[in-house]
Amino acid sequence: MSSEWPLWEVFIRGQYGLSHRHVGSLHAPDAECALRNARDVYTRRNEGVSIWVVEAAHITASSPSDKGPLFEPSESKVYRHPSFYDIPDDAGAM
Amino acid sequence: MYAQMVKTARVGVKPRDEMTEQERAFQDRVDANEKIEPKDWMPDDYRRTLIRQIGQHAHSEVVGQLPEGNWITRAPTLERKAILLAKVQDEAGHGLYLYSAAETLGVSRDELIELLHQGKMKYSSIFNYPTLTWADVGAIGWLVDGAAIMNQVHLQRTSYGPYARAMVRICKEESFHQRQGYDIMMKMAFGTPEQKAMAQDALNRFWYPSLMMFGPPDQDSVHTAQSMAWKIKVATNDELRQKFVDQTVPQIEYLGLTCPDPDIRLNEETGHFDFTPPDWSEFFAVLKGNGPCNKDRLKARITAWEDGAWVREGMLAHARKKAAATAAAE
Repeated sequence: MSSEWPLWEVFIRGQYGLSHRHVGSLHAPDAECALRNARDVYTRRNEGVSIWVVEAAHITASSPSDKGPLFEPSESKVYRHPSFYDIPDDAGAM
Repeated sequence: MYAQMVKTARVGVKPRDEMTEQERAFQDRVDANEKIEPKDWMPDDYRRTLIRQIGQHAHSEVVGQLPEGNWITRAPTLERKAILLAKVQDEAGHGLYLYSAAETLGVSRDELIELLHQGKMKYSSIFNYPTLTWADVGAIGWLVDGAAIMNQVHLQRTSYGPYARAMVRICKEESFHQRQGYDIMMKMAFGTPEQKAMAQDALNRFWYPSLMMFGPPDQDSVHTAQSMAWKIKVATNDELRQKFVDQTVPQIEYLGLTCPDPDIRLNEETGHFDFTPPDWSEFFAVLKGNGPCNKDRLKARITAWEDGAWVREGMLAHARKKAAATAAAE
């Protein structure tokens, strides 16, 4: 068995009201240590009010080669955006 | 720089007509300033060069803790001690961001550390010089971190996403390092004659080694062209060195100190300072392992790694035992 500590991804909520955002990664033997290390490494200057850590092996990511099939279909659906609709000024704020 | 003389996996830029279709598409993305991300296809040479460069950069951050760490217990005041501790802790963090960036390229941190310990990977030549007085801590923050920032600001635009993002974080923190260094220098230079002499001595010893940080002159830097085409190097060694000199000379004057280069002078035509290049034979000797502190630095790293092994193993064993107990209870 490898003696290398597993890799964890770190997510920080910068301020109340914002989502957690990925800030980086670190190695730790378990979740508790990962959280403690994340606090030391990623919040030394008041960067956050909450931390999530997730073992990197547990993240499923889309593959770059699926970029086309996954994201191109939405490019042609301009009617999903409010700017697609022409509403006369006379109709008032909308 | 923190990564000096990084060998690209090839010499000279690969001409476009020799590229495969995939390589051409990759180069087009780089040219269009798109960021390359870990799972994207990339040429093997790009990957190998980046691992070398980011790894060397990471090692520099970690080895760079040693010269300054030397003064933590002897800082002149409690405030200076707290500041120095914070700075040295930052360097550990920078090492971690960079090792993490390298790991996205398919190498593990332990592998990189192993290569450093075997002498197969390098760290910046600057950390092989000793810190003899407290003024050296000031000179390092001001000059060494100053030189590092010069390079790292450009690297925020590097083509590899994880490296660029690590640089953004590092640059934010590095500015504190340089300012606290200059703050120490001001205190010393404006202090007693003895303090001023100490500041001058530190400047004298760190001036040329700081200029060496940018690596050999462009004409001798065979790896620059391909690295620049890949945007993993964004400015040449000489450009950065000149910028550093232009920025630093007025700061020396403000301190009332004397630049150890007697021939330094403003060139009215170019608007830049002409200066004496460092002794490159010294640079190559230090890189080869013959600097004043090479052996001590590497020994300190290896000792820290080996002495810490039982802690790493113990913590992992404990984590596995706990996980097994939790699984059994479920």
